[in-house]
Amino acid sequence: MKTDALIALLSEELLPARRGMVLGWLALGLIAGVALSTLAMMLWLGPRPDLAGAIKSSPFWMKFFYTMALAVLGLAIVARQARAGADCRQPVRALAAPVVALIVLAGIQLSDPKADSAKLLMGDTWTVCPWLIVLLALPVFAGLFLALRRLAPTRLTLAGAAAGLAAGASAATVYGFHCPEVAAPFILIWYSLGIAVCAAVGAVFGRWMLAW
Amino acid sequence: MIAAEAQYRGWMLAGLAGDSAAYQRLLKALAGHLRAFFARRVGMEAAEDLVQETLIAIHAKRAIYTPSMPLTAWVYGIARYKLIDEYRREKRRASVPLDEAPDLFAHDEAESTAARRDVDKLLARLPEAKRALVRAIKIEGLSVAEAAAKTGMSEGAVKVAVHRALKSLSDDVGGDEN
Repeated sequence: MKTDALIALLSEELLPARRGMVLGWLALGLIAGVALSTLAMMLWLGPRPDLAGAIKSSPFWMKFFYTMALAVLGLAIVARQARAGADCRQPVRALAAPVVALIVLAGIQLSDPKADSAKLLMGDTWTVCPWLIVLLALPVFAGLFLALRRLAPTRLTLAGAAAGLAAGASAATVYGFHCPEVAAPFILIWYSLGIAVCAAVGAVFGRWMLAW
Repeated sequence: MIAAEAQYRGWMLAGLAGDSAAYQRLLKALAGHLRAFFARRVGMEAAEDLVQETLIAIHAKRAIYTPSMPLTAWVYGIARYKLIDEYRREKRRASVPLDEAPDLFAHDEAESTAARRDVDKLLARLPEAKRALVRAIKIEGLSVAEAAAKTGMSEGAVKVAVHRALKSLSDDVGGDEN
């Protein structure tokens, strides 16, 4: 077909486009995913028994804000990646902020002469923590990938990695209501590892699952 | 900022609201830029297919365009994606820079400035009324009906006038070459 004929065909009987679907689809994928992930945490792992007391303590919220900040930034990158060609350097750079803050906090906790560094670093659950985060991330991962497939990501590896990061960090936030570990070094290593695995899986899968 | 940004964005927003004339003008303008952009990278033949694929992608994803981002950057993002796709099909590994929207929109503009000068020279040979018609239809992209309404002529008369004007121009140009 000649290009001119194609243009005529495309612009013929043009209907007004439905706007605002980018955030709509992403929100749908995210909410459905987080809901499933929360349900899985509640039924399968169960919330930590001392949750009512824990939410009154600052370490609980330190952990919450760390994973939440990563989730929000991951979603910001996904939302930009969903629109072909949008610049997402800003949220990518901003990722350094929560990580650096937690490194500083972990350094302070470890430098305390009375600190039991093995306990701070490994806690009691380091063998399962990253993998439970990855498992809980699966529904959010699926929700965001399905949404992205309807949108227009043009840098598939980056879009996939960002979706993995957002899924992993949301799942880590959900997991934080089950997991009793709150030491900054533990969070920095094991929570971040779970989230990073999700981002890496997203980067690999993005290349072929997000193509359009 | 790319010179044509405001113009193209205006057409895009009108197109999103359902204005097919503006949308068609946009696609035609973009096709020109895309053709030059792809031809420099994959050759003329493959370029035309990529132009069409990119136009179809732009059309299919048009609702995703957000007015808060430059249209030229958005189009470049899609063109870059299609180019990488083509490289992958050819099993060629190549990187395409991320921030080269001006590159997509610069060349064609430079070429068309030169071309516009030649066209102006040629059109000057036509009588005033015909010149206005040819300019309206062939350069500004108005439809015959729109041009007829603008000049108060019948559509048939517009078609005949444009046809004759173009014929006389091509005769003139042919004459120059001999």
